[in-house]
Amino acid sequence: MNKHLLSIDDVTAEDIVRILDTAESFREVGTRVIKKVPALRGRTVVNLFYENSTRTRISFELAAKRLSADVINFSTSGSSVSKGESLKDTALTLQAMGADAIVIRHSSSGSPLTLTKWVRGSVLNAGDGTHEHPTQALLDIYTMRERLGRLEGLRVAIVGDVLHSRVARSLSFALVKVGAEVTLVGPPTLIPPDAPGWGAQVSYDIESVLPKLDVCYMLRVQRERQRQQYFPSVREYARLFGLTSGRVAMLPPEALIMHPGPMNRGVEIESDVADLPNSVIEEQVTNGIAIRMALLYLLLGGARDARPGGVSDLGGDEEEAGT
Amino acid sequence: MKRIVVRGARVVDPAGGRDEVADLFIEDGRIAAPDGSTSGATVVDADGLVVTPGLVDLHSHLREPGREDKETIETGCRAAALGGYTAVSAMANTDPVADNAAVVHEVRDLAERAGMCDVFPVGAITRGLGGEEMAELGEMIQAGVRMFSDDGRCVPSTRVLRNALTYARAFDGAVIAEHCEDASLAEGGQMHEGYHSYSLGLAGQPREAEEIVVARDLALARLTGGRLHLCHLSSAGSVSLVRRAKAEGLRVTAEVTPHHLVFTDEDLRTYDSNFKVNPPLRTAEDRDALVEGLADGTVDAVATDHAPHAVEEKETEFDQASFGTTGLETALAAVLTFVVGSGAMTLTDALEAMSTRPARILGTDDHGRPLEPGAPANVVAFDPAAEWVVEPPFASKSRNSAFLGRTLRGRVVHTIYRGELVVADGKAQR
Amino acid sequence: MDEADVRRAVTRIAHEILERNKGGNGLALVGIAARGDDLARRLAVEIERIEGTSVPVGVLDITFYRDDIGMRAEAPEVHQTDVPFDVTGRTVVLVDDVLFTGRTIRAALDALVDFGRPRAIQLGVLIDRGHRELPIRADFVGKNVPTRKDDDVRVALREVDGDDGVVIEPAPTLRVAKTGTGDDRA
Repeated sequence: MNKHLLSIDDVTAEDIVRILDTAESFREVGTRVIKKVPALRGRTVVNLFYENSTRTRISFELAAKRLSADVINFSTSGSSVSKGESLKDTALTLQAMGADAIVIRHSSSGSPLTLTKWVRGSVLNAGDGTHEHPTQALLDIYTMRERLGRLEGLRVAIVGDVLHSRVARSLSFALVKVGAEVTLVGPPTLIPPDAPGWGAQVSYDIESVLPKLDVCYMLRVQRERQRQQYFPSVREYARLFGLTSGRVAMLPPEALIMHPGPMNRGVEIESDVADLPNSVIEEQVTNGIAIRMALLYLLLGGARDARPGGVSDLGGDEEEAGT
Repeated sequence: MKRIVVRGARVVDPAGGRDEVADLFIEDGRIAAPDGSTSGATVVDADGLVVTPGLVDLHSHLREPGREDKETIETGCRAAALGGYTAVSAMANTDPVADNAAVVHEVRDLAERAGMCDVFPVGAITRGLGGEEMAELGEMIQAGVRMFSDDGRCVPSTRVLRNALTYARAFDGAVIAEHCEDASLAEGGQMHEGYHSYSLGLAGQPREAEEIVVARDLALARLTGGRLHLCHLSSAGSVSLVRRAKAEGLRVTAEVTPHHLVFTDEDLRTYDSNFKVNPPLRTAEDRDALVEGLADGTVDAVATDHAPHAVEEKETEFDQASFGTTGLETALAAVLTFVVGSGAMTLTDALEAMSTRPARILGTDDHGRPLEPGAPANVVAFDPAAEWVVEPPFASKSRNSAFLGRTLRGRVVHTIYRGELVVADGKAQR
Repeated sequence: MDEADVRRAVTRIAHEILERNKGGNGLALVGIAARGDDLARRLAVEIERIEGTSVPVGVLDITFYRDDIGMRAEAPEVHQTDVPFDVTGRTVVLVDDVLFTGRTIRAALDALVDFGRPRAIQLGVLIDRGHRELPIRADFVGKNVPTRKDDDVRVALREVDGDDGVVIEPAPTLRVAKTGTGDDRA
């Protein structure tokens, strides 16, 4: 696996399967009395969150702690400029602290990649601007595989503000990579014209898509987009693209309803719908910790200064070494 | 009685129609008759070098007054001289803005003191670059300004631009230079709007943001009969519009930057802010159309749009980074490597686009002229085969170059400004 | 060892476990993935056959407890862990295929105590090949096999490899290439 996880480009289809399988084991750890393994003992993981996000930050924090790593939280809202210290200076400070991994969430697309220029550790993208959110995509795929038993040929619709959604990008790329069929649904103003270049279909009519889905993935639509005139009113958006209980009835009975959170109840999704049994929104949260543990383990469990075959092999396969 | 003899170079003189190996004699700041005498002269051995009229830049940001941390007129002139330029236009978006004779005089004085190249201050079109009221163009004309531009910004009001184009007709040689960008379309755009901007998660600005204003400005040029110059074209559509306008006989000229002739939006995939420029780098089709436009004369000149920025303004989150790349020290080499080197243009034509034609647009007789006795001795000698890597230290105070780390072919060896060797053996003499 | 040897060893170990613990009550078998768990299941079957007691079986993956994480180029591959009973108060017999340096067992002990507090932990292995690097010893051994440290010992089990057996491959020795036909030694 790559040293960093900045975008779905950094993982192959095989890597994705490996991550999901590893997450399986970590989910089991979450069921134990002592939800902790010493795998990353002595490693330091820094959560560098420039955007407010309690949910994701806690998920990463728990993931690191359950791996026995030391965690430093560095949270602030606003850009580094408004904070008064440049991203570069913060990076150099973290470097000096000996951070093995930096989990960064930032409102500027590309910041994680920029960060890799200044730090030696691994960088994990927890969401950068409107670019990507690979760990969310991976945990969503994990949930899908777990509930539906397969990924190849899965029919998934991603509905809403695709244009501004980093989750939509990562999820789309990842699903296409593992052989699923993706349809992007929303008003034309919120779907990038180049979307077919991503390997996805496009539809402006949600009801035509619903009956043939295995997963209906609803994106959050910010009210701000109405102010920016991407659609005339929230009322019209909800009427044309919202997941109402009436529309849920159009879904096949086994279909999953998913949402990356936090939800705008009443806009993209009706309140009652969010609480239905085939809505796996709660599970997505639990699985998030397991996936993040898997990622931290796979990124940091290798030699600190991982060169392929660099450190002398301590013995062929894992059964031999240290037996 | 300063005498310089440049010996054995290949003299490429686009205006004079010459391309031959010859010696060049310079005395008292002017080209002298080739009498073969080297007595009392500094002899410059230019065997293997190309000698050509000093380059003329229509578009540079020298940042002084106001942002001397990024560049001063002195460091900018030194960078220019090392890049083979003997004349540079200094854009008006300084602080204070160059919308009056006082700032113009100050800029010119600083350049004279630096003594490395001519600086032609560009005057603002509107007061304070506010886009609402015309600046005192007449006063600035009397102070020697010929080119006016609100560059950095577009003039948003069609009425104001119309008036400026009309009013400037009173002054011989005055030209209105426009930075064509529709603010409401381009708003928030970090790069070209297209496949790459969508997948990189960066807001983009479509080429229509430029083309719409180009079309508007050309229509105004038609309406007013005024002289219009279009800055840093970036799209194929803009080139087509200019081609048609010229065929129609409109008094319009256009420029393109070296980086727009080389790079595309795909180069931004690394989120390297040195590629964050305005107008943005667009697709390969746009780039190829720009090269073609330069080759067929639709685009008259190469202009650097030299835009130095402090380190902290570039080494930051991409969407916080300032727009712009430096260019004075790399322009010639970039054009030689990528445009002449690819066969898109001959050496003579490329040099003409970097000296003779921009000099004509600026209306200066001191540069880009045939290298004949009597002409001011503004000359550059470069090694067309020398390969070098673009890396610090630079003469410019800033190092935000889009060409950073690249190997270019073609290096300035000597620059002679008004008969004086300001750059010798690749080193600035002042 | 061939298939029959493995079968007899498993039967004998099952008897020894029952003898030492005076029956199967309060016992649990925890196999160390991979292959240790298959052996543990076989032992459970044998114990049920001999005494009629049903002993719970768990699978333990010790990857996260290894002491060499961060020393190999890539993070080691992870297997399933499933311990569907409470270890507290039980006598847990750890089961593995090969006992070598003892590091895997050390890791298994750490993992096991994170699940609870066993009354006692015993160790049963199919092969003990010597070369301990930690003070660990097995309570029940299928066969003691002296080996060289760099030999390769492979246990094959029907459930995983299709067949039962133990194979020892000596480490490849480096041979210096001789020039010509040996004339240089004249």
